[in-house]
Amino acid sequence: MTLLQIDNLQNEIAGKPILKGLSLTVNAGEIHAIMGPNGAGKSTFGYTLGGRPGYEATGGSVMFDGQDLLELEPHERAAAGLFLGFQYPVEIPGVSFVQFLREAANAQRKVRGEAELSGGEFLKLAREKAGLLKLDMDMLKRPVNVGFSGGEKKRAEMVQMGILDPKLAILDETDSGLDIDALRICGEGINAIMRKPDKAVLLITHYQRLLDYVKPDFVHVLAGGRIVKTGGPELALQLEDEGYEAVAA
Amino acid sequence: MNVAATLPTRKDEDFRYTDLDALAGVWPVEQEAVTVPAGETQAMQVIELGEANVARHLVISVEDGAAFDLRILNGGPAFGRIALDVRLGKGARFTLGAAQLGNGSQTLEVVTDVNHDAPDAISKQIIRTVLAGHAVGTYLGRIAVARGADGTDAEQSVRAMLLDRTATANARPELEIYADDVKAAHGCAVGELDAQGLFYLQSRGLTPPQAKRLMLQAFVAEAFAGAPDEEALNQAALERLETVL
Repeated sequence: MTLLQIDNLQNEIAGKPILKGLSLTVNAGEIHAIMGPNGAGKSTFGYTLGGRPGYEATGGSVMFDGQDLLELEPHERAAAGLFLGFQYPVEIPGVSFVQFLREAANAQRKVRGEAELSGGEFLKLAREKAGLLKLDMDMLKRPVNVGFSGGEKKRAEMVQMGILDPKLAILDETDSGLDIDALRICGEGINAIMRKPDKAVLLITHYQRLLDYVKPDFVHVLAGGRIVKTGGPELALQLEDEGYEAVAA
Repeated sequence: MNVAATLPTRKDEDFRYTDLDALAGVWPVEQEAVTVPAGETQAMQVIELGEANVARHLVISVEDGAAFDLRILNGGPAFGRIALDVRLGKGARFTLGAAQLGNGSQTLEVVTDVNHDAPDAISKQIIRTVLAGHAVGTYLGRIAVARGADGTDAEQSVRAMLLDRTATANARPELEIYADDVKAAHGCAVGELDAQGLFYLQSRGLTPPQAKRLMLQAFVAEAFAGAPDEEALNQAALERLETVL
């Protein structure tokens, strides 16, 4: 089943074209890696799918699970089952993770016509997912990302993904800023949460190393605002050996 | 204490941003005296969430070694002014946490005059203002440290959040220091909600009003942190916030 169908997606940031006709199809059960050099438009791609203000598409179409994604507000995209893992998770002083995530999970459930989680149900779910990512549950009682190390922020992103249980996760450089242990923990977390027949993942990354843990079914090279090459896992290894310039030219 | 008979004008610095027509309706303002006797600890709340215009003037004396915790929630009336004259004795401690929540064409103000008359007194003021529509929110805060009031520790933290470009925040911190050994800190900022934070919260499924409310709730809660009745104050502020949004 096709979960995400992107056709000729284009946009401009501050008047400058970034995505220049990006097309990509992602089926349920698949993991796709999007690799590319700096400035290729990788983060812009993630933000455009997530609906960040200032990153509106100027052309093309994106269908997500039968809905026109580009017509939806960010919170509606989340409720439809899309999760955006941030390269730089935002710190929000004064707002605790637990409070925010419970409200977010229930807001999504409300849109989908599902019963809301009680406080107890939510805490049980949060504890389970925090355990999966080896993140101390007490950290989720603290303000959102405030005082978290780079690795803790990324693990907290994966905990959020586990709690919100999306259909499609777009993970923007989840591996950046991670030490070797945290990389493995995040990789295993992604597999445990998202490696399922009805879910899919878009892994946006510079490097092969995360792909040692999360084995992609497809590897795409994003350069100059479009997908210039697609292959299997071996493409990532080739990129690592030969560099983007040689492979994508 | 005497009460001024004549209505102030804009030339009077303490009334510079006041809604003078509204003030005329509640003038003259009677002074309310609050005395915290030496060595005692007291707490007080001033919550103005009603409909009627209000101007209050509290004259507060915190005597030697006494502590006073005052929390203000200013948000109901079209015009709400709360003025404080505070005198601190030796080693006294004064905490003010004030939240002003306005929308429509409200004018809300907190005006403080904190006098460190004797050594070793501590004053901490935290003011958080949220304004929507055409509301005007003002904080005028003067701290005076008298000659010989060494060991003074005075702090003002003033922040305002504008939800609409049409709202106005005024902030004027003022320090007059005549002693040598004094710690005085003041910070003052007017801003808008962090767009990145809002997008982050919405990307997790919160609606735009939910995301705004959550961030503003945290912002306002800073004024009530550590208050004896912190939870009730936050709850009252939240209910008011819902109507501002």
